[in-house]
Amino acid sequence: MSRIKEKFAELYAKKEKALIAYIMVGYPNENATISAVRGLVKGGADIIELGFPFSDPLADGPVIQNASTVSLDNGTKINRFFSIVKKIRKETDIPLVLMTYTNILYHKGYSKFIIEAKNAGIDGFILPDMSIEESKDYIASAKNNADTIFLISPNTIKSRIEKIAESSSGFLYLVAVYGTTGVKTGIQNYTLKAIKEVKKITKGKIPVGVGFGVSTPDDVKKYIKAGADAVIVGSAFLKLIEKTPQNKLESSIARFTKSLKRQTIQT
Amino acid sequence: MKYPKDGKFGDFGGKYIPETLVPAIEELEENYLKFKDDKNFKKELDYYLKQYAGRPTPLYYAKNLSEKCGGAKIYLKREDLLHGGAHKINNTLGQALLAKKMNKKRIIAETGAGQHGVATAMACAVLGMKSEVYMGYKDTIRQKLNVYRMNMLGAKVHPVKSGSKTLKDAINEAIRDWITNVESTYYLLGSAVGPHPYPVMVRDFQSVIGEEIKVQMKKLSNKTPDIVIACVGGGSNAIGTFYPLLDTNTEIIGVEAAGKGLKSKYHSATLSAGSKGVLHGMMTYLLQDDEGQITETHSISAGLDYPGVGPEHSYLKDTKRVKYHSATDAEVIDAFLMLTRTEGIIPALESSHAIAEAMKVAKKSKKSESIVVTLSGRGDKDVEEVQRYLSKHVKN
Ligand SMILES: Cc1ncc(COP(=O)(O)O)c(C=O)c1O
Repeated sequence: MSRIKEKFAELYAKKEKALIAYIMVGYPNENATISAVRGLVKGGADIIELGFPFSDPLADGPVIQNASTVSLDNGTKINRFFSIVKKIRKETDIPLVLMTYTNILYHKGYSKFIIEAKNAGIDGFILPDMSIEESKDYIASAKNNADTIFLISPNTIKSRIEKIAESSSGFLYLVAVYGTTGVKTGIQNYTLKAIKEVKKITKGKIPVGVGFGVSTPDDVKKYIKAGADAVIVGSAFLKLIEKTPQNKLESSIARFTKSLKRQTIQT
Repeated sequence: MKYPKDGKFGDFGGKYIPETLVPAIEELEENYLKFKDDKNFKKELDYYLKQYAGRPTPLYYAKNLSEKCGGAKIYLKREDLLHGGAHKINNTLGQALLAKKMNKKRIIAETGAGQHGVATAMACAVLGMKSEVYMGYKDTIRQKLNVYRMNMLGAKVHPVKSGSKTLKDAINEAIRDWITNVESTYYLLGSAVGPHPYPVMVRDFQSVIGEEIKVQMKKLSNKTPDIVIACVGGGSNAIGTFYPLLDTNTEIIGVEAAGKGLKSKYHSATLSAGSKGVLHGMMTYLLQDDEGQITETHSISAGLDYPGVGPEHSYLKDTKRVKYHSATDAEVIDAFLMLTRTEGIIPALESSHAIAEAMKVAKKSKKSESIVVTLSGRGDKDVEEVQRYLSKHVKN
């Protein structure tokens, strides 16, 4: 079983939901990435998504766009990224998901990239511009090596949700809002409806995580109450990283993580 | 490739898009398929193309230029005479009419040189729709005149300050807007790029260029042209010129922007110097570094300053049906001045790439041969840029 699947099984047994945290590797620098990961683990995050920057992040809002630019300017390269992952792996067994865009994997070759990532300690992939229509080679390369986490949107129709769920492993990523990452905040009724719909369609065969614009403990609470198996928080962490000095980073990330995680534990 | 169902030209094309856009793309394809052969739709589009935009455009024999080059006869397909000053209106009228049939109230577009933005603003004004145009900040400066024109035509221009601040970033921003306002908004893409069905749809709307060339050449010389040449940015005027001629014996040449030279980093010659990859929803040739990051491009012409290219061109390159060459900024300026002075026609800098190639090819060709060059736009917008270039590069 993959680390991601094990994690969801473990949480299920404890009647807990998952808190998934996203950070951009190399933003604002590598030390910050290591400190942030330590804070996330300490604060009780269940899964960490590590962003690898792409020059043209068309599904991302200003916060992640800026983080991508800074990370690239800092010289974040694939091998450097993998060595950071290895370093993280020495400290923790937490499931690690790599989030980037299709061209980064395609350019190296899906198989080669996925094997190298797996050897470094990556457990799964999220590619926001990879549609199921174009995913044959990608899925074949990931099989038995890593989970392929596909996204669905509130406007995805039932028959398509079923198909996407079949192509996905680890969890299914429900995009909460019409928009890019981190822009719209506040809870929309259509999102709560979508969570219920998707849960009904997937019948518990795969966990459903909700992300894009999730930023406060209250957001987490409401999405969990609506039936989400996981929530994904990204831009809010990047904003915190941006304004926190390095020597306080680990502890403030841990504190914020704890406040979010608390909402995923049913009392 | 008549209508590739999955949007594939060999390996190229496809739909690499965020899931939120899938319903919008499917709705677009459904409606495009419904209307493209619809009699009333065709009639309406035809009306606007003729009465509003000024079709058919002349096929002009450039006698002075031909004689100067001393070889083949050079004919110019005068898309520069269209309303708005470029071929872009062929596509914007088609798509804006389609958007209207789809009951979309809000139109967004990207633009490089500003010609597509202007053509979008015009089509939306005449059809009574609101438009918003994303334009790289760098392009808003070097094509300032077109920003004024868009504003006057009632379009809202959003300068894009992310990334390289040119066309590719304007497309990113337009896609982000579309993801955010997917239900209400129609994305009127300006070249034969992007996810399926855009490359096919834009090609079809631009194919009026090649269809007319066929008829006009037949009338003039009772045959198809020996050679056709068009410039390639995203590739819409080129594919519109080439597509109707693919199954003839005509030699076909696309011309990319070689900027300061293919050996420098400062060019936009995607097909000549790029490699396969995924950007803006399509698999195609791209200019990228050894890790798949898209690199910044350069061209003296904003409309060719793009690190990707339409997927059908990638296919036509690999199958060798079309040859792709390039012209440097310096050659382009020479061609610009040459056409201006010999024929009294000021060409767009984009189109001047095709002229530069035609001048090279004509010299090597026989007097009995005919070359048709698509003059995709007029150069009023570029006069300032050319002045800047000349004052920097030419010492007296
Ligand atoms: C006059 C002119 N020609 C050519 C182009 C390049 O576009 P395409 O390759 O899609 O024809 C542009 C784009 O702005 C243009 O304005």
